[in-house]
Amino acid sequence: MKYINHAHTQKRMNIRLLKNAVAKTLFFLATLFGLIVLVALIYRVVTQGVHWIDMDFLTNRLSTDPEKAGIYGAVIGTLWLMAVMAPITLILGVGTAVYLEEYARKNRFHRLIQTNISNLAGVPSVVFGLQGLTVFVRGMELGAVVLAGGLTMSLLVLPIVVVAAQEAIRAVPQYLREASFGMGATKWQTIRNIVLPAALPGILTGVILALSRAVGETAPLVVLGIPALLIPVPDSLFDKFTVLPLQIYYWTLDSALVREYANLAAASIMVLLVILFLMNSIAILIRNKFQRRF
Amino acid sequence: MALEKVLERGKENFSVRNWIEKNRRKATFSNIFEKMIPKILFVISIISVLTTLGIIFTLLFETIEFFKDVSFISFFTGTTLQPLGPNAEFGILPLVTGTLMATGIAMLVAIPIGLMTAVYLSEYASERVRRILKPVLEILAGIPTIVYGFFALTFVTPLLKNFIPGLEPTNILSPGIVMGIMIIPMVASLSEDALSAVPKSLREGALALGATKLEVTWKVVVPAAVSGIVASFVLAVSRAIGETMIVTIASGSSKNFTFDVTQSMQTMTAYIVEVTGGDAPAGSTLYYSLYAVAMTLFVFTLIMNLVAQYISRKLREEY
Amino acid sequence: MTVLTYRANPGDVLATAEEKAASPALNKHDVFSVSDLNLWYGEVQALRNINLDLKENEITAIIGPSGCGKSTFIKTLNRMVELVPSVRVSGKILYRGRNILDNSYKVEELRTRVGMVFQKPNPFPKSIYENVAYGPKIHGIRNKKILDEIVEKSLRGAAIWDEVKDRLHENAYGLSGGQQQRLCIARCLAIEPDVILMDEPTSALDPISTLKVEELVQELKKDFSIVIVTHNMQQAARISDKTAFFLNGEVIEFDKTDKIFSNPGDKRTEDYITGRFG
Repeated sequence: MKYINHAHTQKRMNIRLLKNAVAKTLFFLATLFGLIVLVALIYRVVTQGVHWIDMDFLTNRLSTDPEKAGIYGAVIGTLWLMAVMAPITLILGVGTAVYLEEYARKNRFHRLIQTNISNLAGVPSVVFGLQGLTVFVRGMELGAVVLAGGLTMSLLVLPIVVVAAQEAIRAVPQYLREASFGMGATKWQTIRNIVLPAALPGILTGVILALSRAVGETAPLVVLGIPALLIPVPDSLFDKFTVLPLQIYYWTLDSALVREYANLAAASIMVLLVILFLMNSIAILIRNKFQRRF
Repeated sequence: MALEKVLERGKENFSVRNWIEKNRRKATFSNIFEKMIPKILFVISIISVLTTLGIIFTLLFETIEFFKDVSFISFFTGTTLQPLGPNAEFGILPLVTGTLMATGIAMLVAIPIGLMTAVYLSEYASERVRRILKPVLEILAGIPTIVYGFFALTFVTPLLKNFIPGLEPTNILSPGIVMGIMIIPMVASLSEDALSAVPKSLREGALALGATKLEVTWKVVVPAAVSGIVASFVLAVSRAIGETMIVTIASGSSKNFTFDVTQSMQTMTAYIVEVTGGDAPAGSTLYYSLYAVAMTLFVFTLIMNLVAQYISRKLREEY
Repeated sequence: MTVLTYRANPGDVLATAEEKAASPALNKHDVFSVSDLNLWYGEVQALRNINLDLKENEITAIIGPSGCGKSTFIKTLNRMVELVPSVRVSGKILYRGRNILDNSYKVEELRTRVGMVFQKPNPFPKSIYENVAYGPKIHGIRNKKILDEIVEKSLRGAAIWDEVKDRLHENAYGLSGGQQQRLCIARCLAIEPDVILMDEPTSALDPISTLKVEELVQELKKDFSIVIVTHNMQQAARISDKTAFFLNGEVIEFDKTDKIFSNPGDKRTEDYITGRFG
């Protein structure tokens, strides 16, 4: 006797296949949802902001008059922020990664640092802002200057750089280290001459992605007390400064008062997105050009 | 010694080996350097630990100051938050409900769509479609939160108002939804990693029995990847709790204690931004309340992160 | 042009006064003298009571089935084996009269004198020139003229000069596998080692490249002492002067290659070389 009635199975099969097709469509639409939102967002920003972008907007200082207001100061501030962060994150991030991957024994201390880094990556950025406010702005009495902002942001993105550098260092094959040791090279000579050059593209990609994260970050800087007011363009580490996201923040908030501010915000968003797009393109370019399949 | 001289003198018996030997004997400086390097790197790697300790101790000390002024119980059970004025009251519950409401709405958006996206990308999509859609998700993940905030206030809220006439200009619903959209890529990519880690043989076993793709996915792949998927949800919650700018911009600063999503509410993060932005005088109860709220926020997210790490460590043991 | 010879007078360079004093009975022709060597990876013993003497200007082949400890053994000779975290060693390995297992013996110094060629060609992701100049540079030779000469001499020594002389500054990864391996040998020659350890240097190569490397090894014998691990018995028979047969971490037999292959003293050696196991 047969347990399976094939006629019956056949009938059910159609329903099952239909369900599969429906689900597939549903899943596809869900995936498209992201694309739709992205298009809506960009369309929205561009239609509102594109008429406001011109040379004056890019080269003028801030003004309460929407017609005259520009983002020159904010762009320069953003560059200053990056200039402070790049060396700090590079040294701290790569140093930590080299220590963890090449020197540290795989013991409890190693686990502690590693767990600490992944937890640090999950701490909300406002908390970093509060920490920076307490330690750098008030504790060290730096005030809301370039250096304080740069230090705070460096700590914020440190986990990203460490993890990227660790992955890049781990991807350097062991046989290259062996070859170097086999020539009588010391550990540091091997790291400096072989491991770091081979890991450099991965490390740079990580640093650039970390910087681009920081360039778009707003909350910690608001907490630090970085203003978006009429302040001079910074020209040293100890000058007050502002950055694009803060400009966008205050213009968005004040758009209830002056309607044109919303358009200024949209125009600034376009500039910010272009900067981020460029940075990410550079990162991808480095990754593709120098990626070595050992 | 001049190299040329060495070369001149011993044309026929100069040897690299001798030369190396001589250099080695002189190389005391590089020996010291070699010994110093691990120590220097050790100090550098300690900085990340010091940052964590710094955060914890700052929050802790200032929070203790805060509880000298405000009782522990009234802070955690108070439903009124009125930090200014003579009758200042510090109850954190309005902020907690605001945070949880925003997070809940965000999860309603991010979890189903993120999971479906992950399933589509890992189980259904062809390599070509994947190569187009994955970068879209990456771009979505890379857009600064301030931009999402602008989008929520000036686009999503007016859009929603067409359907919900009673919607206030600032409300928790719109930023909640936008926050969910922002988190979709995170859920999708972490869940997809978990799904792709399921061995192919499991799928093939079920497909060979005549199961449809949906059945294989739902009954075999997703259950096998469940811990990774749950970990991605937990991380998403943690991310939503800590998110700041979207809610700050689009949900206003009313400290309502309510469950009505059409109203303006404040989250813990938005409170911190508002109070620091307003330059609270150092030493005031208002100033210390910042740290008490930040401490609560920190503990919330820390627990979430530890849970997620615990779950994904379990996952690694499974395979 | 300056003529650089591989060694002016090996005894003078290698055995310093202290070293000679430390070991007055040193047989001038013993490069390595291994006694009672035992080695463990964690709890697993990989080498048992090894006793071997390796002579100057000879090629010693190490044969045996996979996992018999032959690679472990030669990696012990330049202490590369220490890169494995849980490794433990006991016994004595005298190199030119000094015990290299002594803590006071610096591994960098040892590895400068005892060079190594690995199983898989492992050039650095740098130019051909930089690959060869790497060793001299890390050992403090910076003079461009001297480096140029070392590079040329080493590449000639490794019989690859004519193939690469026009592309010295191209990436070494553009070379074929066989060329890469000869480049690695050139890189090893550049620091003028005393001994060259070769860990199955031809196992990743095609037959023609293998032949070239084999010819090269025999050429190098004039100037260096060579220890070569091989799983290829014909290779051992073709190129080596002495052969050691390893089995389960022990030396079963160690003798002149002719003797081992024509008239082995141990049944197990005979079984192995006639292909009855392994």
